[in-house]
Amino acid sequence: MTKKELKQYLEVTYPNLEVKETFNFPLLLVNKEDVIPVLKQLKDAPETRFNFLFCETAVDQNPNLEMIYHLSSTYYHHDLEVKVILEERENPIIDSVYSLWEAADLYEDEIYDMFGIRFKGHPNLRRIMLTDEWNGFPLRKDYQDDKIISL
Amino acid sequence: MENQPIPSPTELRTEEFVVNIGPQHPATHGVLRIEATLDGETVKNILPHLGYIHRGIEKMTESMLFKQSIYLTSRMDYLSAHINNHACSLAVENALGIEVPARAKVIRIIMDELQRLTSHELWWGSCAMDIGAVTPFFLGFRDRERILEIFEANTGNRLTMNYITPGGIMRDVLPTFVTDVKELLKKIKGYRHEYDQLITGNFIFQHRTQGVGYLSKEQAISLACSGPVARASGVSCDVRKHYPYDGYEKLDFQEVIDYGCDNWARYVVRMEEMKQSIHIIEQLLDNFPTGDYRTKIKGVIKLPLGEYYQRVETARGELGVYIVADGSNKPYRMKFRTPSFSNLGAVKPTTVGLKIADLMANMSTIDLVVPDIDR
Repeated sequence: MTKKELKQYLEVTYPNLEVKETFNFPLLLVNKEDVIPVLKQLKDAPETRFNFLFCETAVDQNPNLEMIYHLSSTYYHHDLEVKVILEERENPIIDSVYSLWEAADLYEDEIYDMFGIRFKGHPNLRRIMLTDEWNGFPLRKDYQDDKIISL
Repeated sequence: MENQPIPSPTELRTEEFVVNIGPQHPATHGVLRIEATLDGETVKNILPHLGYIHRGIEKMTESMLFKQSIYLTSRMDYLSAHINNHACSLAVENALGIEVPARAKVIRIIMDELQRLTSHELWWGSCAMDIGAVTPFFLGFRDRERILEIFEANTGNRLTMNYITPGGIMRDVLPTFVTDVKELLKKIKGYRHEYDQLITGNFIFQHRTQGVGYLSKEQAISLACSGPVARASGVSCDVRKHYPYDGYEKLDFQEVIDYGCDNWARYVVRMEEMKQSIHIIEQLLDNFPTGDYRTKIKGVIKLPLGEYYQRVETARGELGVYIVADGSNKPYRMKFRTPSFSNLGAVKPTTVGLKIADLMANMSTIDLVVPDIDR
């Protein structure tokens, strides 16, 4: 499906959810609780078949944190961006998509390391890049570190 | 005295133990630590530990101008520096609607494909060395050096070129560029039979790779593998074919797909890709356009508010640049979806159940570049 067709399809299929678009892809805003059922439906539905999670990341839109899932399909080669807004900042937690895509194992480790978002159902959540004792989460906008040297 | 009964193999018990491979180990090609759980010689589990060369490139880009951020991308996958710069430049150009001159487009693709050749030649040498052959390493480096000479003459650098920039390329190529590259391709084609004689037709090499390191198509998709690793498992994922950029759609080349799913298939795919790269460059050299090499753009680049995603095919797979812009001259967030990071997940399913020596063979055919994983 092209970007326009996909956007129409999403508007019809998910009337309760907000559908927007970014520069490249259609954008589907999903509630935190529905992330697994919606992504599973997108993955299995014969019209969409989004079976390739090519990018999973987070963005700190102070004060909210956003989870971004970039989905693609090896059958139809169309793409979709799914966004989940997490309003909690102190202890954000969301369901892991490891049960749908094994790639989430490493992606979610990195997001936990850099943004402090915890994933329910992740098999081995650990700080993959930094040390276990590291204070704070570096890619958050309010991250402070005395050791940062401005070049 | 009675003879002690000799224990039969089923009663022979071994204990599992953990071996750390790396961070300083020649077979990891960089600073990557693999925590391997072994039972005798059999690998039971693999757990990669990253971060030994984590430089926080994504954090650094948030305090840098767009043009400055592009320089950092050469330091991620240093064997695909041109292609990384290309990805970042394309993201900015598409967002601002900048039209690139035809000459710049052609030079960009030639440089990209030469870069792919250097990367695959280095991989060919080091892959054979990981499996036990030493000579290919020198041959691979010999041929790669010829290409690096062309890079050095035209761009000024050998590894981190920063040659492709928003709007075109930094400086025009030398007047002798076309003849130089033509001569180079002739030389490389002449060397091809050495590659096949030494390694492709080698019984030991075939024995070590055929049927070893099985990665099924479903698993490759589930792990979000891309590039030659996924294509060797039968996944059609070439960005140059499916999402063409800068004129790849006009060129005649094949997407190399193999259904073998093992180390041998990954080897064959890369060898065939080298042929395709040479074929692409030859088409472009025949009608090399004249004209400008760069469009003038504003000194300070400001992207409009929004989200942008640009992908290109590097030597290792799909590199994605995801930019969240807030209208200022710096990216609000820049995420690099690097191919090696996703392909790293394939090490475990290919290796578990095999012998520890096969871990090295698998890692070399998956072709990890550690700075690309850590960023």
